Amino acid sequence: MATTSIQVNETPLVLYLLRRADDALILGHRLSEWIGLGPILEEEMALGNIGLDLIGQARSLYAYAAEAEAAGNDEDTFAYLRDAPQYRNLLLAEQPNGDFGQTMVRQLFYSAFADPYWRAMTASGDATLAAVAAKSEKESAYHLRHSSEWVIRLGDGTQESHARVQEAVDVLWPYTGEMFECDAAERTLADGRTVIDPAPLRDAWDGTIGAVLSRATLTLPQNGWMQSGGRTGRHSEHLGHLLSTMQHVQRTYPGAAW
Amino acid sequence: MYTQGLSNPDTAAPAKAAEGAGLAARFQERVDAEERIEANDWMPDAYRRTLTRQISQHAHSEIIGMLPEGNWVTRAPTLRRKATLLAKVQDEAGHGLYLYAAAETLGRSREEMFDDLLSGKAKYSSIFNYPTLTWADMGAIGWLVDGAAIMNQIPLCRCSYGPYARAMIRVCKEESFHQRQGYEIMVALCRGTPEQKAMAQDALNRWYWPCLMMFGPPDGDSTHSDQSTRWKIKRFSNDELRQKFLDALVPQTEFLGLTLPDADLRFELGEGDATKDGARGHWRHGSINWDEFRQVLAGNGPCNRERIAARRRAHKEGAWVREAAAAYAAKQAKQKLAA
Ligand SMILES: [Fe+2]
Ligand SMILES: [Fe+2]
Ligand SMILES: [Fe+2]
Repeated sequence: MATTSIQVNETPLVLYLLRRADDALILGHRLSEWIGLGPILEEEMALGNIGLDLIGQARSLYAYAAEAEAAGNDEDTFAYLRDAPQYRNLLLAEQPNGDFGQTMVRQLFYSAFADPYWRAMTASGDATLAAVAAKSEKESAYHLRHSSEWVIRLGDGTQESHARVQEAVDVLWPYTGEMFECDAAERTLADGRTVIDPAPLRDAWDGTIGAVLSRATLTLPQNGWMQSGGRTGRHSEHLGHLLSTMQHVQRTYPGAAW
Repeated sequence: MYTQGLSNPDTAAPAKAAEGAGLAARFQERVDAEERIEANDWMPDAYRRTLTRQISQHAHSEIIGMLPEGNWVTRAPTLRRKATLLAKVQDEAGHGLYLYAAAETLGRSREEMFDDLLSGKAKYSSIFNYPTLTWADMGAIGWLVDGAAIMNQIPLCRCSYGPYARAMIRVCKEESFHQRQGYEIMVALCRGTPEQKAMAQDALNRWYWPCLMMFGPPDGDSTHSDQSTRWKIKRFSNDELRQKFLDALVPQTEFLGLTLPDADLRFELGEGDATKDGARGHWRHGSINWDEFRQVLAGNGPCNRERIAARRRAHKEGAWVREAAAAYAAKQAKQKLAA
């Protein structure tokens, strides 16, 4: 039946690609939710641009996943015909937009990881991945710069903005640990130099975040507890709602071409 | 201004009036000669007011126009459609910014103009007060609304006011891209399942008449047209543009296998751009419900309230962000001064 979700044969490479593609799609989708809601038009455009970059990255990665799986799936069956437990994205990416400050902190946390991650991935032994990485690295550098500037502005702006953005840092902090995880499946790819182990990027990330938060006069949360589960399909409640919106048309008209 | 206060108004006034008449004549000569008027050139106050109103209304339309399509970005049925729709809405935001900048050259600030939009004082295109109910509306809007916008805007690329004309050249390129994307969505739906084709027909049924209204009241009733024509702001009448639009629309509709919801649509032989069975002529639409148009302009369209409320809410909820950015910029400036 065309209405049911697809089954994916998650070899280590396919699983890896879906994880990274899902990160980009879900975060890009979140940013696209800002249309018509931005605090200034220029920012509405900037958020849309970042969203477009991420959706573009997702599409490249899904296309490669489809090729690697070779089971007749494509970018749209991956995006529209998997239910929440089949999604492999970071919990961070699916967290709601909140206010503009929360959206910017979420972006900063992700981009401060994605930027060095994709830079390192340009050395991947897999030519397709190296090419995706080269494009993503350039885009992530801009996303990082843009979100850093806003977090600094808001943190060191008014009393209200400081309080709001500090709250966002505290709320999102527990979702940052998951970015550095490397499970057995990913380990085999890292051993073969197809991907890199993200764990060693932790120091660079801490350095970037520490510097931005300090310029923003914000403090790092003391609580070190980290949530995880997104990589294996155990998500927060938010993802199901996001997917019910995103997948609505595809699920309502099964098998139709658009 | 202050220096003028030094001269005796009684003697200065006739001299100023004569000077004004000379300037006005010279201005009209330049317009007639197809010269572009630039921001720092002398221009009649009424010309400035007319253009400020028209360009800012156009800018508002782009900004409000983001909302009906923004309504479907999160539900676009494929990733390719999602990306192109998001990019399109981005383009419209860019058009808005570009047009506000062109309007600002005439002396009003973007903030003032935007406040007029939020307060309900300023108008924007009536078309964006209709709801987007299905995915097919993304096709219909691109095809019909962007299509109608192009008909209106291509002549504006030769508008006598330079900054507006140049803005339009850039905007028109993107609008024609939007129009093709919209039509492509319609093609996909019309080649799809019966449900998809019905969705496309339903969208056409809902958007056809409002799109014909987009060109404004019939020529006899239009208040600003004559002067705008003399000033070469407007090159074609409302009815002429509507006719061009309809002549292009009919064959496109036929290609899709859809039917225009217009029982009185007919082909009239004569001198014309449209052809049917090899004969030249024009397609004529049935009578337009101008009362509906007036109601929508008066604020009684299906979505007038929601559209403005959405922008007001965004503006209000973003106040703390703008305040923070201003406070941060002030701190930085102070630090620079101290350094
Ligand atoms: Fe536009
Ligand atoms: Fe436009
Ligand atoms: Fe457009």
